[in-house]
Order: sequence, then C-alpha cells, then structure tokens
Amino acid sequence: MRVHAKRAGALASGLMLPAMSMADWTVNMSPGVTSTSNEIFSLHMTILWICVVIGLVVFGVMFWSIIAHRKSRGHKPANFHENTLVEILWTIIPLVILVVMAIPATATLVDMYDTSEADIDIKVTGYQWRWKYDYLDEEFGYFSNLATPLDQVQNRQDKGENYLLEVDNPLIVPVGKRVRLLLTANDVIHSWWVPALGIKKDAIPGFINEAWFQVDEPGVYRGQCTELCGKNHGFMPVVVEAVPGEEYNTWLAEQKAAARKERELTRQDWTMDQLMARGKKTYQTACAACHQPDGSGAPPAFPALKGSAIATGEKMAHIDIVLNGKSGTAMQAFGGQLSEVDLAAVITYERNAWGNNTGDIVTPKEILDYKNQK
Amino acid sequence: MAVTGVFMSSVADTHTQDHGHHGPAKGFSRWLLTTNHKDIGTMYLVFSFTMFLLGGTMAMVIRAELFQPGLQIVQPEFFNQMTTMHGLIMIFGAVMPAFVGLANWMLPLMIGAPDMALPRMNNWSFWLLPCAFLILLSTLFMQGGAPNFGWTAYAPLSTTYGPPSTTFFIFAIHIMGISSIMGAINVIATILNLRAPGMTLMKMPLFVWTWLITAFLLIAVMPVLAGVVTMMLMDINFGTSFFDASGGGDPVLFQHVFWFFGHPEVYIMILPAFGAISHIIPAFSRKPLFGYASMVYAVGAIALLSFVVWAHHMFTVGIPIVGQLFFMYATMLIAVPTGVKVFNWVATMFRGSLTFEAPMLFAVAFVILFTIGGFSGLMLAIAPADFQYHDTYFVVAHFHYVLVPGAIFGIFASAYFWLPKWTGHMYDETLAKTHFWLSFIGMNLAFFPMHFLGLAGMPRRIPDYALQFADFNMISSIGAFMFGATQLLFLFIVVKCVRGGEKAPAKPWDGAEGLEWTVPSPAPYHTFSTPPEVK
Repeated sequence: MRVHAKRAGALASGLMLPAMSMADWTVNMSPGVTSTSNEIFSLHMTILWICVVIGLVVFGVMFWSIIAHRKSRGHKPANFHENTLVEILWTIIPLVILVVMAIPATATLVDMYDTSEADIDIKVTGYQWRWKYDYLDEEFGYFSNLATPLDQVQNRQDKGENYLLEVDNPLIVPVGKRVRLLLTANDVIHSWWVPALGIKKDAIPGFINEAWFQVDEPGVYRGQCTELCGKNHGFMPVVVEAVPGEEYNTWLAEQKAAARKERELTRQDWTMDQLMARGKKTYQTACAACHQPDGSGAPPAFPALKGSAIATGEKMAHIDIVLNGKSGTAMQAFGGQLSEVDLAAVITYERNAWGNNTGDIVTPKEILDYKNQK
Repeated sequence: MAVTGVFMSSVADTHTQDHGHHGPAKGFSRWLLTTNHKDIGTMYLVFSFTMFLLGGTMAMVIRAELFQPGLQIVQPEFFNQMTTMHGLIMIFGAVMPAFVGLANWMLPLMIGAPDMALPRMNNWSFWLLPCAFLILLSTLFMQGGAPNFGWTAYAPLSTTYGPPSTTFFIFAIHIMGISSIMGAINVIATILNLRAPGMTLMKMPLFVWTWLITAFLLIAVMPVLAGVVTMMLMDINFGTSFFDASGGGDPVLFQHVFWFFGHPEVYIMILPAFGAISHIIPAFSRKPLFGYASMVYAVGAIALLSFVVWAHHMFTVGIPIVGQLFFMYATMLIAVPTGVKVFNWVATMFRGSLTFEAPMLFAVAFVILFTIGGFSGLMLAIAPADFQYHDTYFVVAHFHYVLVPGAIFGIFASAYFWLPKWTGHMYDETLAKTHFWLSFIGMNLAFFPMHFLGLAGMPRRIPDYALQFADFNMISSIGAFMFGATQLLFLFIVVKCVRGGEKAPAKPWDGAEGLEWTVPSPAPYHTFSTPPEVK
C-alpha cells in the first residue's frame, strides 16, 4: 500500500515538475510596448471591469434569490411577471454603457488604421511555414525560420527558454522610428502577430494589408502565426528585435553588403561538392518540411523526391517545377524565394542525394539563363 | 410561459386506446420506416449523443496532446484533423440534431398537435444524417487523411492545399444541409398550421417560439453554406478561381460567405436552449416567466441582428475602417436583447419558491456561464481589442463557454426536465446531481484557464506551445478529461431511467406549465389526435 502511494506520489510530482519549475501563471494581457498596444490594453481593462461590475450586480441578485427564496426555507412565490418600467430601464442602461465603450474603441481603431508617414517600409510575406521580410527601400530581404531544434519538439532534448518562439533571423527594426508593414502571403492565409506591438494582421495571398508600429524601447518581442496555415502552423514564430539607431545602420550596411556578395556568387564557378553542401542546407530550410529530410515525402500531398521521375529525369522539367511550382498543389514557386545560387544548389542536391545519382550539375548561371529566357 | 389563466381542456387521450393496432411496428423496420415524431425525436437524440461521445473522444485526443509541451501522442497533421472533425461533429452532429430531437418530441406535445406536419419528410431528414456522417467519418481512413483545415475551412488552405478527402467533406456538408433545411421546413409547417385552437402566436410556449425563429434562420443560411462549399468544390475539381487570387478570385470572399452562414449558425445552436431554459426556470421557481413578450421580441432581435454582424469574425483580414466600425457597433448591439433575456430569467427566479432538481441546476449554471461567455463575446466585439484576442485561446474559451454550458447544458437541462415524460420513470436524482456537479467543475476547469492562455498569447489550433503556457494547459486538460468521463454517467442515468425507476406522474414538476404535462407519462405513441382547446 505504502509503496503504491509513494509511486503515485513520485509519478504525480514528476508530472507536475515542469509546471512547478516554470511557475508562470500569467492571467492577463500585457500592456505591450507601443502606443497601440497600450491603448488596446486600457480598452481591454475598461471593458473587463465593466463586465465584472455588471456580473456582480446580476449574479448578486440571482444568488440572493438562490439563498433567500428557497422553497426549503418556506418562501412563498410571488406572482408578478412583468414591469414595463424595469424592462425599459434594463434595455436603455446597457445601451448607454455600450455607447460609453464604443467611443474609446472607435478612437483607437482610427489611430490603428492611420498607416501614413512611415519611416521604414517592410514587406512581410507568409510562407508555409516561415516569414520573409523584405526591406523595400534597401533592396534586400531574408527568411525567418523557426530555430528550435526538432529534437526539442520530439522530447529528445530539454526544451530551451524560448521554445518555439525563436527564429534564425529576426525582424530587425530601429527604435523610435515609425515602421510600416505591408503584409501578404505566398500560399495560404497566415496572420502576423506580436502581442507586445499590438499588431495582428492577416497575410493573404494576392492582397496587401497594412499595419504600423513604433517601438521606443530596445528589446526582443515574440509572437506567432495566428491563422491556421497547415501542419506546421504552430511552428512559425515571429521575432522582432528593436535596436538603437546606430546598431540598426551597421546591421543594414552588413545586410546590403551580404546581398551584393550573394548576387556576385551567381557569376562564380561552382563544383559539385560546393553545390551539394549548399544544396543540403537550402533543402533543410526550404524543402524538408514537406518532402522530408530523407526525400521520402508524405504522399499523396507531398510526393517523394527520392527516385522520383522529376528529380531523376529531364533537368529542365526539374528546374521548371522548382522555380514555378505546380498549380493546384502545395508545391510553391521557389523562383522568387531563393537566390539563383540556392536554386542551383538545391536542384543539384535533389538530383544527386538519396541515391538519385544522376551526376547532373545545375549551375547558378543556368538558373539565371532559364529565368531570362522567360 | 406568461399564459397565466390558460386552461387546457382535459385531454385524457382516449383516442389511442381505440386505435391500439396503430402502435409501433416491431424490430428495426420500426425505426427505419417510422413517421412518428416521438420515434424520430428519440432517434435524433440517440444519434446526437453518439456523436457527442465521438466528438468528445476527439477533444480528449486534443487535450491529451496539449497536456504537456512537445509532441507526445499525435503528429501535427493528425492533430489538425482532430480539431477539424471535433468542431464539425459537435456542431452538425451533436448540438444541432439534439435540438431537432427535442423539437420533434416536444413541439407537437407543446402545441397540441398529433405529429409533425410532414412526417415522411421528417423520417428522411433524420436518415440523411447518419449517411452524411458516415461519409464525413470515412475521410479519416482515406489517403491523405481527413479534412485538416479547421471547421471553418478557410480557402485556399481547404481548396488548393486541402487533402483529397475535401470533396467528400463537401458532399457530407451538402447532405447535412439538406437534412437541416427539411427539418426546419417541418418545424415551421408544424408550428404555423397545427397549433391547438386558441393558441395564438403570443400564447405559444417559448421553446416553440425560439424554434420557429431558429427554423427561419436555418432556411436562410444553410443554402449559403451549401453555396460556399460548392464554390470550393468548383475550385478544387473544375478549375474555377472563386478563392484563388492568381486566377482573379479572392480568398477573403470565402470568409464573408462562410460567416454570413456562420454567425446565424451560432444562434441556431443557442436559441432553442433559450426557449427550454425559459420553461425550466419558471417551473422550479414556481412563478411565471418574467417578461414573456420581451423574451419573444429579444429572440427576434437577436435573430435579425445575427445577419449583420458576420465580419466580426474577420476583424484582422483588413476590411476598411468604415466596415470595421459598422460590424463593431452592430455586434455590440446584440448585448442588449441578450441582456434582456438574462435579466428576465433572474427576475423570474427573484422572489420565487426555488428548488434545485437537476434540470434547475443545469438551467442556473446555463444562465451564469452563458453570461460569462456573453461578456467575453462583448470584449471580442471591440474591434481594436479583438486584434489581441482574435484566433487565440481567448476565443476558444469564449465559444466553449457559450456552447458547452450554453447549448449543451441547455440540452442536459431539457433532457432531465422531459425524461419523465418520455420514459414514464423518474431519473435517479442523486446521480443526476452528481452528473451536474462533475460536469460543472470539469467544464470550468477545462475552459476558464483558456481565457488566461489566450490573453497571455497562445494562438488556437496549435499542437504544441511555448513553455509559459504549460501550467494552464495541464489544468485545462485535467478538467477536460473530467468533463469527458462524466458524460458516460449521463448515459448510465438515461439507460437506468428508461429501464425502470419510480413511476412518473403526468406532471412530475409541480411548477411546470404547458400542454405536454396534460398527457400521461410516458406519453402515449399517439397524442392529441383530437386537439385540446387553449383558452
């Protein structure tokens, strides 16, 4: 008996341990760091308290009846069943309360919709299942992928502090500047949400939505995709890093230089080994989510690449499907998503990995030529 | 029912004794071929409870996966199929058929009609349902799995990116829609044509009123749902581009059309419960319902407003500010008639002579918890604040508060209220109270922490979550398991009640009013062959 009790105790504490050690019992919205998020927070608290007060009054009367007007206490029922004055009052009073609520809500909304006069324009594109940030005035952009290792998700490794809320390349913005986001998507509808910024806006394929924010406090702000977008919907976080102006300018210069270098790489000569090494990396970030790291896919939605007719057949057909996608299926057009070098590398990789030993090399130049001929 | 001074003529139903050979057929053909409203009502209720357990099992899978961070039990693909199927089964399989079942049983008894107006169509509208759900459930075993895009089926995730089984999903929705429309036509035809002499519209019991309005909502919006899934069907199979921007279509169009159906749909799932609660609270308060007329007008107002608020589900899609403001104001307005109903229920209890049998316990919990769901609904209506709440667990908490202690507690309250009439036996009150308290605690434990999770930033429809959400998710899962297991007790209570128990009198509740209590318990196979007179 005692042994069982001990075992049960050990099991229970084992189950509860992660809960106890994390001990995070956040019960309310955070006020956030932008003027919008602060306004939303105060709206939220106002409505919450109004609801609490109404609730206390209504449930107060109800519980009074429940306690005082019981048959078991010998309470005899009254027989009233209407009262015009009371009924008019409890229609009018809620209406007045609603008007009081609507006024600040309208003001906040008008403010949120004013996306004019931005200092920086960033295009945010949702992909299954990552974000792309294009700095429109600076001619560069990059993808932002989940950085949490699969081993943590599969419980083979301890989970890190920012489990599922960490990315390889966060969105970098300067503090004190008005940033305008232009949101769209490449495949399905996504939604870009950072609670601390007070922004949640859907990214819809074929349409552009706008939102703006200005952060005055340097820091890292985390959020997630909030529109169901397929199997890895829970694995495409948003991380925004607000940095001081100078740091931002340095970072900007680095990015522009890197983008320039990337463009030069297209003209360089590549060997099979170089392409395979780069291709493997690109494959992991861009293709493996659907076609699986070992090329086995998840048919029928995501066909296998290992031994597939396309990956082992005609080279041009392979380039075509990777660059232009296949309409009516989940296969996206990667022509605009990846650089020529990455496209060449990943196609070379797919044609030579997992026993697809075609021996073909696809060079960045071939990709460029293919794009130009169109 | 504010029809104090309504005297029912004595209708000890001698008619059935004369025509004893009109009794039910034997065996399975009784159920397959029946046109009797009581048989069909029973079949609807049994079907609904089966679907409730099935959809509940899927909820258990979801809560088990969310018990701890990390992926333990299912993979994300299957998790998404579970959330989708759970929603579809609970809405179209459990809640809606339960109310149709109650309507079938109670509407003729309440208005003094011998049966539903269109008995053969009644049979067909029931038997379509098992067919539709066999098709829907079969998708779980298809290559590529069941629908995995959420019950809302937003395009293009459900069209270009949907699994091959989506076409079966569309077909199943079509059949369910046909069944609902036929059910609604039947309800309207019955209520408008078969009322007992003297029962004017403003003397109708509230359950009849709310179902009449619900039926009009169904007829108005089910064709819209059929339309939108047909557009999906065309996009998937016939190369159209209704929802594909690259072909000139618009993914947001899907949401507009879907929610034009979807918002009235949520009232379809709650209005009949409003009606039933409006019988149960007066019965156990031993006092007439307060404000009968304003109750009727409030339901009408809610139904009308439900057609002009759909875009509050879409505040983040980027509709223009004028549209945003209109939908915000219109949505907030719904709080007024809903408030009137709650105030009326409380005023009915006020200075009554209350007892708390199981139906009353569920009804009181209904009023309190549905009001909490109403409060969070009001918060969600505030468009700027919705930017933080939208698609988080706050929304999950909100709609489970209106659906579980709202619709489902309403159904439980009705079931206990009318079980003596259906079976001729009293149910086991102690067990029923246990069922109530375990459900009440389990349900609040499962859904209240979801408010906190949403406010702290947890999105909905995710199979895995960041560590700061771990504690409340664990509590929520424990509550969900408790609520789920408790429902087996309900099955036991009902079976026990059907098989035996204390003999129920014609009117087992001393405060109850209405024609249904004038017939013996159990209600004979044929009732009101001669209409009673309502004065």
